[in-house]
Amino acid sequence: MKQYSNVIAAYSIMLVLIILVGVFQSWSIALSIFNYCMISAVMTMGANIQWGYAGLINFGIMGYTALGGLAVVLVSVAPVPEAWRVGGFNMMTSLAIITGMIFSIRYILKKIQKSKKRNYLIAAIIFIGLILIKLISGPAIEQIEAVEPAKFGFLGGLGMPVLFSWIVGGFFAAGLAFIVGKVALGLRADYLAIATLLIAEIVVSIIKHEDWLARGVKNVIGLKRPAPYEIDLQTSSWFINLVEKFHSTKLAAINSISEKQDLLNQLVIDASSIYVKLCFAGLFLVVVIILLIITQKALYSPWGRMMRAIRDNEEAASAMGKNIVKQHLFIFILGSAIVGIAGAMMVTNDGLFTPGSYRPMRYTFVIWVMVIVGGTGNNFGAILGGFVVWFLWVQAAPMALFVINLLTAHLSETNELRIHLIESAPYFRFLLVGIGLLLIMRFRPQGILPEKIIKQ
Amino acid sequence: MDFINALIVLLNYTVIPALTYGSQLALGAIFVTLIYGILRFANFATGDMMSFGTMFAVLLTYYFQSKGISFGFLPTALLTIPFAVAMMIFYMLLIDKTVFSYYRIKKSPPVQLAMVSLGVMFVTQAIIRIIIGPTDRRFLDGEKFILKATEFKEMTGLSEGLTIKSTQVITLVVTVVVVSIMFWFLNKTKTGTSMRAYSDNEDLALLSGIDPKRVVMITWIIAGILATIGGILYGLDKSYRPFVYFNNMLPIFAAAIVGGIGNPYGAFFGGYVIAFAEIFLTYAYKRFFVYLLPESLEPNSLMQLLSTDYKFAISFSILVVVLLFRPSGIFEGKKI
Repeated sequence: MKQYSNVIAAYSIMLVLIILVGVFQSWSIALSIFNYCMISAVMTMGANIQWGYAGLINFGIMGYTALGGLAVVLVSVAPVPEAWRVGGFNMMTSLAIITGMIFSIRYILKKIQKSKKRNYLIAAIIFIGLILIKLISGPAIEQIEAVEPAKFGFLGGLGMPVLFSWIVGGFFAAGLAFIVGKVALGLRADYLAIATLLIAEIVVSIIKHEDWLARGVKNVIGLKRPAPYEIDLQTSSWFINLVEKFHSTKLAAINSISEKQDLLNQLVIDASSIYVKLCFAGLFLVVVIILLIITQKALYSPWGRMMRAIRDNEEAASAMGKNIVKQHLFIFILGSAIVGIAGAMMVTNDGLFTPGSYRPMRYTFVIWVMVIVGGTGNNFGAILGGFVVWFLWVQAAPMALFVINLLTAHLSETNELRIHLIESAPYFRFLLVGIGLLLIMRFRPQGILPEKIIKQ
Repeated sequence: MDFINALIVLLNYTVIPALTYGSQLALGAIFVTLIYGILRFANFATGDMMSFGTMFAVLLTYYFQSKGISFGFLPTALLTIPFAVAMMIFYMLLIDKTVFSYYRIKKSPPVQLAMVSLGVMFVTQAIIRIIIGPTDRRFLDGEKFILKATEFKEMTGLSEGLTIKSTQVITLVVTVVVVSIMFWFLNKTKTGTSMRAYSDNEDLALLSGIDPKRVVMITWIIAGILATIGGILYGLDKSYRPFVYFNNMLPIFAAAIVGGIGNPYGAFFGGYVIAFAEIFLTYAYKRFFVYLLPESLEPNSLMQLLSTDYKFAISFSILVVVLLFRPSGIFEGKKI
């Protein structure tokens, strides 16, 4: 128990902070912060598996998050039959051509010796394939995008339950990670960081601009939810009764019936939003706990020890007969899959998919700050990092506003400096997170909760 | 005649803009590569540092304009360069003293320094947004065009016009001047040689009596000059917006790595490689072919290889291809 005392202390402080937000701001805000903290924690765990266990830098978190989000759209949205009718066949043909290209290139790579002839053959296949795809998919894309552009204009998804898409999101991200890993994992650490960052940008720009796939920057709204809708809750009697029972003392204090009804309506509306968020919180908590158990078990298994050995001394591990390339690829895929799941969770939580919002600042660098601040190589630390940094990121603006108001209280309301500072309060989050990162790197480089190695 | 018209189209819409954009990228890429070669880390605050220097140029331009100081037909921003560079160098040296030097003395691995530069990126971005805000700003004044399309048509009697913006000429001239001075400095002066020695082999350089503090300081000074001038040229040509500058970090990195990171010549050419690839692959060649081909063969599509949405994606794909086949870059990196 004693060895976990600092973990418990850190988590309790975090919980108290969120409860304080609930008391002073509102429970709805506190719960949405909590949910986002949880999503960030899952992303952080994914990045931590790569960085903390194996020392691989993945600055492509943004790409995997976006792919997870894409999975939600492709799995849960109902298909658009009209679009499938006009363009489905051609798109499927293009897909078949791509698959054909990949397999023929693989065949050539296997069968023909390394030579100029082979290179020309591969180049020819790629060139002809691209022209064919452009010819076949071009008109189909135009037709698909013309199908009720304000509402659809894309192929739609499979119409399956949304929870299923979380798993699919993991697989999507894993697939991308496989390709990226094959391409980039041989690179040195800082090259790898830049390469993954740029590949993620490529992925996001494809999602952003291929409107037939997921409407691109036109966004997909009104996604399915694994939780009930607020409107349904507000009209169902069991929920109203529950709220009434919960607030009975408050309601009993009011005498007038109409006032009582008004208050009850207000309470029901508030409670419905809180109820929905609680449902999400429960689901996310289940995911976090499952992942935590798995990653903890993995970290202290022979496999985890091998990963640490590879991280700390590649040559020695290689000399012991460990296949470093294979293990690096495996852990890269594993971590990315977890990030993909988080991406799917986030889009489900928001109920909308906005490819334009995937920016490296928010989805790569902030996540990395979480990993470093929380504690590399420690799963509890990773989750804590997600909580702490997300909390700061969201609450920095109100905190900054409070401090600014305090410091400029003696200035008049119309003082330009004061107005300017109040207007720029949202940007203090960058300052806070940046300084936090610099301080942690300087004075506690192993993070709030450092890696713990249990000796057998 | 049609052939010349076709050439003018190409020149006007691809070559000149690509040269301009390439010069702006090249300055940034040399900045990245110098920091990488001498201080040995990938500086993720690159875009924001360029933005920081440009911010001072923008503010000073506004101040000069309010005082009625102008630079004739040239943009006032050129007058502000020395002051903006001075501020930038001061900021860089301050950051180096408070943040980077600790890790350098401790001989931390490059990855750790890269992570630290993330923190610097956040802080710089915050300072910029708090001081100047996130909005789009134009600070170009003076003469906008050197050659207008209509003037060109009258002059030559061609049906296609050639436009040359003053910012394009300024960019090219300033880049050539700055880069040649820098290469002269690195290759011919004693300090430059000591920098190259430090970059090649730190221990040996220390043994031969090179003062590491001096080398680091001069690196930051050169970096400050390059970052500020690159940023100002980009801002004059397009516009100044902190978010765009942050994003420009990515093609700049691509340029530096494509050219071979650590090699300033490579970075210089890498900038143009990236710029030309981006613009040539996304340009719609329809008008070009209309002039060249007989009427019966006239293309009815835009003749565009990729939509302009994929501009960034192209430079990154080039980078991935280069990393796959020549990980050390086209011009063999890691030496100055």
